[in-house]
Amino acid sequence: MSVPARGVPSSSSDASMATVGLPPAGDAASLATSERHGGPGTSRTRFWDGNRACAEGALMAGLRFYAGYPITPSTEIAEYLSWRLPQEGGVFIQMEDEIASVAACIGASQGGMKSMTATSGPGFSLMQENIGLACMTEIPLVVVNVQRQGPSTGQPTRPSQGDLMQSIWGTHGDHPVIVVSPSSVQEMLTLTVRAFNLSERFRTPVILLTDEIVAHMREKLELPAEASVERWERRTPEVPAHRYVAYAETDDGVPAMASFGVDGYRYHVTGLFHDPHGFPTVAAPQIEAWMRRAFRKIEQHLDLISDWELTTPEQVFGPPDRGAALSAIAAYDTLLVSYGASARTAEASLKRSIERGLRACSLRLQTVWPLDEAFISALLACVSRTFVIEMNRGQMLREIARLASGRSKVQGVLRFDGEMVMPSTVLDAMLAAP
Amino acid sequence: MSERAAPIFLKFLRPDKNFPTVWCEGCGIGIILGAIIRAVEGLGIDPSEVAMISGIGCSGRMPVYVDFCTMHVTHGRALAVATGLKLARPHMKMIVVMGDGDALAIGGNHFIHAARRNLEMCAIVVNNMTYGMTGGQFSPTTPTGDPSYTSAYGSIEPTFDIPALATAAGASFVARTTVYHVMEMQKIVARALAKKGFSAVEVISNCHTYYGKMTGMKTAVEMLNWMKESTAPVTLDEHRREGKVPRGVLLDRARPEYGESYERLLKTAREDKARLLTAGFPVP
Repeated sequence: MSVPARGVPSSSSDASMATVGLPPAGDAASLATSERHGGPGTSRTRFWDGNRACAEGALMAGLRFYAGYPITPSTEIAEYLSWRLPQEGGVFIQMEDEIASVAACIGASQGGMKSMTATSGPGFSLMQENIGLACMTEIPLVVVNVQRQGPSTGQPTRPSQGDLMQSIWGTHGDHPVIVVSPSSVQEMLTLTVRAFNLSERFRTPVILLTDEIVAHMREKLELPAEASVERWERRTPEVPAHRYVAYAETDDGVPAMASFGVDGYRYHVTGLFHDPHGFPTVAAPQIEAWMRRAFRKIEQHLDLISDWELTTPEQVFGPPDRGAALSAIAAYDTLLVSYGASARTAEASLKRSIERGLRACSLRLQTVWPLDEAFISALLACVSRTFVIEMNRGQMLREIARLASGRSKVQGVLRFDGEMVMPSTVLDAMLAAP
Repeated sequence: MSERAAPIFLKFLRPDKNFPTVWCEGCGIGIILGAIIRAVEGLGIDPSEVAMISGIGCSGRMPVYVDFCTMHVTHGRALAVATGLKLARPHMKMIVVMGDGDALAIGGNHFIHAARRNLEMCAIVVNNMTYGMTGGQFSPTTPTGDPSYTSAYGSIEPTFDIPALATAAGASFVARTTVYHVMEMQKIVARALAKKGFSAVEVISNCHTYYGKMTGMKTAVEMLNWMKESTAPVTLDEHRREGKVPRGVLLDRARPEYGESYERLLKTAREDKARLLTAGFPVP
């Protein structure tokens, strides 16, 4: 095994290739059959773990800058991108810590590159201050949190969903944020693309909230054709540099974003409250105006942002079929609510409950924040019992209970010991409760 | 205003920003800003190609006044932000201004790693031996024994030697100067900006409002005199320097620059992908 030259990996470095689970340089035959693809060149079917799907999804979305720090169970994303991202002409850098990782992503994004980092609980805690900077400066950024059992060092190799509220409220102050949660390896790809699109369109950090199960499990997935991937880009200014107002009030609340180093646009970016020109201000009306616009840009676009699936024994509904979903749910008396890995539990539980003759359906949230409160409240009002399945002590449960306002009996089927909620546990709860 | 000053003023300071500046009368930070502007002008760099990134503190208030691509980010993290922006826009010049606390306390880790990586950027550490913005607490460069608002009985902490730290960490260009030595500072900043590597420039500055007041130098003039008396050119032999703090260019060496190394890595990666595709291995 050759030792790579300092700073430059050798293409025949067996060690670096082995790390990402790929064959070393060698004969063509072993390369073609090693991963048992459907055939060289044409098949887009893969059998990957969630982390790899997320990383490749990011590339398909246009990722060109990754700065990160290794942490279980997210490390595979960094390892895979250290190999793939330079192949696509992008920048991969391993920073000295998670704080620096988000900081570097913010710098690169301000320079026009779609940027991402990935981490888990302890690193996610470190990232909070700079996530707030990205909120305040409206710099697009995707942060992947592969949740593990916490708090603190916790259980590095075991799953949880304990960081949901932290994803929403982790950084200080009132701030808008979008959080999406994949439930399959395919979704690790598609929701990562979605995360980038939402981040660029709304100039906001987007948290891809996943967990050790979805990240490490292997499933079949279909790589979409490059040309078919829908990519949303940040809106660029239509006025020349000398007339550009960086944080102007706009109809949709999202100002056009000029990248540094392009076409002479120069302006001030600061974490302090600022006026539409970017200059710091302490004037209450300007601060209130920023707050209103920052939240408006998200809340005004719930229809674009909120992704969900309502599954009944007959049909699966998604946006924009809110009306149809509300009609369909009227026939059922029990609703399961889940997201992320727990949605797999919900899927199995729903099947079993139908076999046992229960009138149940299941709501899976792909966007876990913001919640389409009007829609969810309306769904909850149609059923007499709701079970929220999650691997924490009841974080989404509290939101659902709040939205039900007593019209549906809301209970949690919770687990927070590093193991998945079992379908049998859900079924027992469904059969036991009146 | 003199004729020579007017064009630079008009070209480099933001016309729509409220002046006077936020700094105290006599603050050295304004002198540093002037030196940076004159260095950029002297090197003929297009302001749209210059990014000035700062941390938190009085030095953090510098970028807003100047018509570059400017960022005022979180405490201690300016070098990490600059790392990202530089890698995204390699043609741009990075000027990173930080205070002694921002660069060496909370930002110490990023300072060390930015120097180690040697990605081209110019780090200017405004060393006024205090945390001025928050009201005069001591910093990693406050001389041992000095009182401050968080060392009521005098600081018992040893201090950093900023150039030694930068040198040990791997910087290519290291210098120290003071806001009294304006002409020297301007030459140093110009060399630091032109250097193809990580430059670290320590500029001793005066916070007479807090540090000076607590240590018997209540005015800017007293502090400037102190800078003049307590420093000496590094080019003087040690005997004549007599324990004074050395100033000038302390290190200028050639080291692999991160951006150049990364360009070579990109070439290797592209060739690797081509090799795999040719051999029938699908990527992705």
